[in-house]
Amino acid sequence: MFSHLVLALRAAGLPASVTEHLTLMAAMKAGVAEYSIEDFYFLARATLVKDERHLDKFDRVFAHCFKGLEPPEGVKVEDLPEEWLRKLAEKMLSPEEMEKIQALGGLEAIMERLKELLAEQKGRHQGGSKWIGTAGTSPFGAYGYNPEGVRIGQDESRHRRAVKVWDRRDYKDLDDTVELGTRGMKIALRRLRRFARQGAATELDIPDTIRSTANNAGSLDLKMVPERHNNVKVLLFLDVGGSMDDHIKLTEELFSAARSEFKHLEYYYFHNCPYEKVWKNNRRRHEEVIPTWQVLRTYGPDYKLIIVGDGAMSPYEITMQGGSVEHYNEESGTVWLERLSSQYRHSAWLNPTPKQSWGHVRSISMLNDLMEGRMYPLTVNGIDEMTKELSR
Amino acid sequence: MAGFKSTEKYIATRDLEVAVNAAVTLQRPLLVKGEPGTGKTVLAHEIAGALGLPLIEWHVKSTTKAQQGLYEYDAVSRLRDGQLGDPRVHDIGNYIVRGKLWEAFEADEQVVVLIDEVDKADIEFPNDLLLELDRMQFFVYETRKTISAKHRPVVIITSNNEKELPDAFLRRCFFHYIRFPDRATMEMIVQAHYPDIRKDLAREALNVFFQVRDVPGLKKKPATSELLDWLKLLMVEDIPIEVLRSNEKQVVIPPLHGALLKNEQDVHLFERLAFLARRGA
Repeated sequence: MFSHLVLALRAAGLPASVTEHLTLMAAMKAGVAEYSIEDFYFLARATLVKDERHLDKFDRVFAHCFKGLEPPEGVKVEDLPEEWLRKLAEKMLSPEEMEKIQALGGLEAIMERLKELLAEQKGRHQGGSKWIGTAGTSPFGAYGYNPEGVRIGQDESRHRRAVKVWDRRDYKDLDDTVELGTRGMKIALRRLRRFARQGAATELDIPDTIRSTANNAGSLDLKMVPERHNNVKVLLFLDVGGSMDDHIKLTEELFSAARSEFKHLEYYYFHNCPYEKVWKNNRRRHEEVIPTWQVLRTYGPDYKLIIVGDGAMSPYEITMQGGSVEHYNEESGTVWLERLSSQYRHSAWLNPTPKQSWGHVRSISMLNDLMEGRMYPLTVNGIDEMTKELSR
Repeated sequence: MAGFKSTEKYIATRDLEVAVNAAVTLQRPLLVKGEPGTGKTVLAHEIAGALGLPLIEWHVKSTTKAQQGLYEYDAVSRLRDGQLGDPRVHDIGNYIVRGKLWEAFEADEQVVVLIDEVDKADIEFPNDLLLELDRMQFFVYETRKTISAKHRPVVIITSNNEKELPDAFLRRCFFHYIRFPDRATMEMIVQAHYPDIRKDLAREALNVFFQVRDVPGLKKKPATSELLDWLKLLMVEDIPIEVLRSNEKQVVIPPLHGALLKNEQDVHLFERLAFLARRGA
């Protein structure tokens, strides 16, 4: 039982597994939830969700799966669930039951119809306007494993309890697909640190130990050295000005946090698309420019290149010689980007605009092609993917 | 066994109770996450207290290895003893140093084990403990003995989310995320810790506290532990309530703010806000 919850969770992208499902079963059997719906929700959450980023998704799926769980009027909350729990425990599918389901037009057809209804319900976040299942006591009507067939009624529920816990969606801001807030930024940077720091602190320095033991006339003297950390070198190119103004705070946060995470971090600013010059100080950007060639010569291919920019510009700025909005560029943005990505095998583009809107901006898809698809949204997920790609 | 419930000193929400009871009943580890200062570590003490079991604490650091929780073979002192001709050297058992988990497994009654801040350690740390926490047993290679738990301990693991924990590890745990308590819960927590606090003082202080938390751009929002420290200070210093009172729009720097704001940027931010408020008035 409850397998439809697990399946729905998996469909929503939560990594719930068979082990966890069995754990939930065992916990139910042991009576941890004490036959109250809310306890069951808490228990399912503790068992199936292992990361606060997924809590909001879980709430949504739970609400979705157990729509119609509220008891009908006049029945005490405490009285009801025991009944359905026991009833459901007995209801494992037998061949005859399968036949019955077939008779109703096949499992697929029922599921389709249910999906439609559930999708409709998703839009509303109040409980209990549509019921799925038998008299609202069985939540498992939802996916058709109900021997009595699936009855879909449209009773107005007159009795609605206070807002259910899972409908409150308390964990909304922990969802990892939203753009980074300050808290998200912190977590995302811990991801970055994943490839910056590996291995623990000390290891045996064998040559020194041998020398020192020999000096000690053969009695052992151990020498330790701190273990070498994986020195990740990062070259950061940040877009400033123009359309990036909206994202400046985000970029700044990323930058200030990144600076504390890496020992070797070099940063340069550019506008819209990297050309032959970049700069380090935004106030004196016209006086103190640094030729991009110099950057390429100074920092070897062992650096990882991260470009942060929204990539919103006219396509000419990328493809044409002299296309830059600020000056006359001898070579096109394409040439410079290719130069950069051939020098830095590990390179990626972080884009603060939402991924859904990338398709609408031509320059973004062009840049994405130039980066060989290594453009990532500036979200926790995006940084995660980027880190994976860069640390390969 | 008596279940875990809120105590006089520790207010647990219902979801936390369910998670703890599930972990205790099914004898699986419970992973607790949450903002710093929301009582993750204290929880283990409270569970031990509620169940009447002794607590074994294992604080994890960046250099901690999983093996250290089981046992360590002190090869160096054995080598040294060998060189000095100490007779102890013939029994390898003399050089096996027991770790916290061994202690817990060998204990004559069930114990509560706290593995604190598991994310501080190396990324492989949780993976190295998979089997040990699952079966509650491990093998000592040096003495060829298997140590298995006499009573499966209740294992509480806390994490500050500095590192991602491996899926295989997570799958074996129950998980609870301690949310920041809402106003009502916070009042109960304050009441639990300072039963003799003046009602009006508590109310005004909580107003200020939640106001402080709502200020956008704070680097470190004050949490429960900071609030409790601050209340204690307020009570000791006998601060008059009028100081805490402010009209809704105005931002004031709370008295004794050192207990709430732990960061000079945050204090600075507050000073600026207060200045703006004064000028506006």
